[in-house]
Amino acid sequence: MFKVKVHVMLKDDVLDPQGKTVSHSLDHLGYKGLSNMKIGKYIEFKVDSTDEATTKAQVDKMAKDVLSNPVIEKYEFYMERV
Amino acid sequence: MKYGVVVFPGSNCDSDCYHAVTDQLHEEAVYIWHEEASLPNGLDVIVLPGGFSYGDYLRCGAISKFSKIMQEVIKFANNGGYVIGICNGFQILTECGLLPGALLMNTSQKFICKSLELEVVNNQTSFTKTFTPGEIITVPIAHGEGRYHIDENGLKELMANDQIAFKYVNNPNGSIADIAGIFNKKKNVLGMMPHPERCLFRNRKSLNILDIK
Repeated sequence: MFKVKVHVMLKDDVLDPQGKTVSHSLDHLGYKGLSNMKIGKYIEFKVDSTDEATTKAQVDKMAKDVLSNPVIEKYEFYMERV
Repeated sequence: MKYGVVVFPGSNCDSDCYHAVTDQLHEEAVYIWHEEASLPNGLDVIVLPGGFSYGDYLRCGAISKFSKIMQEVIKFANNGGYVIGICNGFQILTECGLLPGALLMNTSQKFICKSLELEVVNNQTSFTKTFTPGEIITVPIAHGEGRYHIDENGLKELMANDQIAFKYVNNPNGSIADIAGIFNKKKNVLGMMPHPERCLFRNRKSLNILDIK
């Protein structure tokens, strides 16, 4: 069994108004020096499997085809055996 | 002409589209449930209506693109059938790859619901033939995620192939190049954020976008 953690973020050249607004708000509250704030998605799940290579390939395909939209988003994922 | 209006769980402009087609354009229309594995016979036009299909979970249109009916819609479009995606329908068309680019959260982060002016960019298509190039028409928008995005090369390609259908006169959502609606290369697929099916009385001419003959 593997525990998988997927991060989906907007690509660097795509404007993230949410990140910008939150960053501005924090600045107003006195948290200075913040920059490049981006808000993305965090998805976690378990996969019932023993083979790491096959699972990795499967998760990569899921992340590319479904969990993210490659036109606007990038993803990275981490796996740990549980 | 026979129209099919696809109904996903969460669609909420399906009835508007149906009545616009039947009562106002006096054409035949049928509803198509998203779980159908085939399309009704003799369809000429498929409408993907606005709404929040599958609750907009994950991303707008992301789950819809894997529905049974969308596989048939994709085949229909690739065989030259007319497809128009309005609002959530436009989001679904970009997610499934029938149209390039993607729709993102409005720059203001607000849901915007109001009538606004569009410029007709390309009138050489079945959807826009009743307009003159540069004609200004009024169509309402109602969306939170309507900021059209495409990379630089994609935008160049859209312009080179005359794929831009409509531009906002006053860009409400931060869309790149003021884009409100685009065609595929073959011009048989149109996606747009504004709602022409809501132009039944005021701004009636805008309803012509749905009138494909």
